[in-house]
Amino acid sequence: MTTVENVRQTSEGGQEMKPRSELGAKELMREVGAVLRMSEAEAAALGQLPADAEDQTMIINMGPQHPSTHGVLRLMLELQGETVLRCKPIIGYLHTGMEKTGEDLTFLQGGTNVTRMDYLSPLNNELVFSMATEKLLGIDGDIPERAVWMRMLLSEMNRMSSHLLFLATNGMDLGAVSMMLYGWREREEVLRFFQKVTGLRMNHNFIRPGGLAADLPPGWRDDVLSILEMLPPRLEEYDVLMTNQPIWRERLQGVGVITAEEALALGTSGPILRSTGVPFDLRRDMPYMHYDELDFDVIVGSYGDAFDRYAIRLNEVRESIKIVYQILDRMPSGDYRIQNKKVTPPPRGRIDESMEALIHHFKIFTEGFRVPEGEVYVGIESPRGEIGCYIVSDGGPKPYCIHMRAPSFVNIQALPHMMRGGLVADAVAVISSVDPVLGDVDR
Amino acid sequence: MSEVAATDESLHGSPVSYSRGQKVVHPSREQFVALLKKLIDEGFTMCADLTAADYLTHPGRDLPAGVDAERFEVVLNLLSITKRERLRVRVQVPESDPTIASCFDLWPGTEAMEREVFDMFGIRFDGHPDLTRILMPEDWEGHPLRKDYAIGRIPVQFKGAHS
Amino acid sequence: MSLIRNVLDDGLGGIQHNFLTGKIEDLVKWSRSRSSWGATFGLACCAIEMMGTGGAHYDIARFGMEVFRASPRQADILIVAGRVSQKMAPVLRQVYDQMMEPKWVISMGVCASSGGMFNNYAIVQGVDQVVPVDVYAPGCPPTPETLIHAIETLHQKIEDGEIMRRREVTGAGAEIHITEIAPEQVPVSLGSTLRGVSA
Repeated sequence: MTTVENVRQTSEGGQEMKPRSELGAKELMREVGAVLRMSEAEAAALGQLPADAEDQTMIINMGPQHPSTHGVLRLMLELQGETVLRCKPIIGYLHTGMEKTGEDLTFLQGGTNVTRMDYLSPLNNELVFSMATEKLLGIDGDIPERAVWMRMLLSEMNRMSSHLLFLATNGMDLGAVSMMLYGWREREEVLRFFQKVTGLRMNHNFIRPGGLAADLPPGWRDDVLSILEMLPPRLEEYDVLMTNQPIWRERLQGVGVITAEEALALGTSGPILRSTGVPFDLRRDMPYMHYDELDFDVIVGSYGDAFDRYAIRLNEVRESIKIVYQILDRMPSGDYRIQNKKVTPPPRGRIDESMEALIHHFKIFTEGFRVPEGEVYVGIESPRGEIGCYIVSDGGPKPYCIHMRAPSFVNIQALPHMMRGGLVADAVAVISSVDPVLGDVDR
Repeated sequence: MSEVAATDESLHGSPVSYSRGQKVVHPSREQFVALLKKLIDEGFTMCADLTAADYLTHPGRDLPAGVDAERFEVVLNLLSITKRERLRVRVQVPESDPTIASCFDLWPGTEAMEREVFDMFGIRFDGHPDLTRILMPEDWEGHPLRKDYAIGRIPVQFKGAHS
Repeated sequence: MSLIRNVLDDGLGGIQHNFLTGKIEDLVKWSRSRSSWGATFGLACCAIEMMGTGGAHYDIARFGMEVFRASPRQADILIVAGRVSQKMAPVLRQVYDQMMEPKWVISMGVCASSGGMFNNYAIVQGVDQVVPVDVYAPGCPPTPETLIHAIETLHQKIEDGEIMRRREVTGAGAEIHITEIAPEQVPVSLGSTLRGVSA
């Protein structure tokens, strides 16, 4: 019953981090220089942080259960005193087998599975899955206008709630505990709106292939307007509380710096890539739905540090507010889902009247609608970066193979490069600025 | 709808097909790395996604002429930030020899993705610095996303809509 | 009981005796239930709702639980919030073993209670295979009201000793199942009332 056996069970075997002294030059180069494609000599020089030959390095383990990691992320850090020399993230503690489960659920049920991956922006997960399914079905050009604008509204509101949660957890990780309460207070407003529209506070399964599950309830405009009017003064409160505060700046500026070449080579996207100066936002550069008709700015940082990422996300909330105002003006009337009998279930009233409607309803909900053979990849901009959905269909009612390109899975690879040379106390700030969601990382 | 539009197009010697309007190139395992290097030079600086698919129970899929279907396919989704384009690369990997060259030296960001493919499918990547399991525990046996690996559900009192 | 009536009516003036008698056990149980600290074991989506329960709107500080101790040695209640994967199960057991007696476990959400919608190779089908569970809170994720109901059920059972009796019977956790509470239909309109109240 002692903890010794338990400790042995949790050790990682081949994934243990070896101390730097035991690594060869080639392995060190791989870790450090591969990103920038340097020669071995340059990389060896770069990898050599000022180290006392007398001092031994220490390998410590942070997580998987730790208050400051965003979920069950485990980090092995090699320290020299307070300086982080190397870092290795170990993931898999939340692996749910969602891609395997997805092969067992029909395309209509797939939304329930996919929505629990990035659980902070569930509507974006459902959106990308629905868009991929519609592309396979060939109906992606026929989605009614109202459905598309409703999807945009929900996606942007989700972006706001996700970034508010980032501000809350970022504040708490860095010690501004009151920020946690403020962020949650704002987020509750948005969640209340979602509850009114979709029925649930989280993991909605609302955006489905063909449109949405239901229409917007009456009075939704007033709800959205009350949120949009409430938020800007609160965001200014956050500016006063955090952005202009000397302690906040000391803790975030210059911490977790990453260059644009590193970010591109590592495949990062979203606020991390934009903080390095690359102005790439899928809503602007490869627009989907009707984002090309809207007027909004893409926030770009210049230093690639944690402060830039914080400021980008704070201002993205402001941009989302701008976008939602435009959506409110332009929301058309019409159907909330495509009227294709093979894909969307008939209205409940019709089931009593028409045999055909009854049969369609039965088929769609038991067997599922059949999707023609093919494979497709669709990528959209989630609050964390590019989320993509790769579906292979064999002509049946369930996906043959489904893979989600999770933004946090790829962004976590940037952690070692951001932490190198920094202090242990900054490790928490760096993780928080990357804003990983472990459901996305492990799926 | 047929996936393969009848094109004689080829990109640096590998056949090209179109799937729902998206361009897909099908190199062989030998042409794989050379093709990727040329694509990087053409501007595809970001590898958005590297994954695999197991076609054990669906062998009769559409492929362009000259490409033999194998059990596994390694699929890369590339993104060009300057040209704002996507390109998909699909490589056939046989079951008897599930290895392929690693893209780590081209895009270090594929390190975690290749480990996931190894963990889930059992495809080995030559030249990867640390090919160990990433999602499953270290001593797990089997590769979960293969089609001959059962989903592992336990019997429950109420069945789902199917099964 | 009449003492309490008097105190409720008259305050301290209602106490007619100079000293109170009672069992130490009752006093201990009362204090344990009113000031239990939770261990952070937020794994997935349920963790977000758990944090929301700690927020200003739902506020479990009024039940004495706003302190979530990172160190399991200082915690009483382990709220397993989220799906437990195969890799995480030994870690969960290790954290549970490190907690000091008396300790209780709330299994929050259907994934922790039974594996939830993920009936597959990767998820432990119910956290009661790893640790003994005292209260199961259903929901995916449970609304903060459901979590508060679960916590209060646990507190009530601690206070009247039912938990220890059940443990002796089952040899493991108390295994109390509660019903889910749907989210408020007519929510307290925080937004509109606070609109007049700015920074």
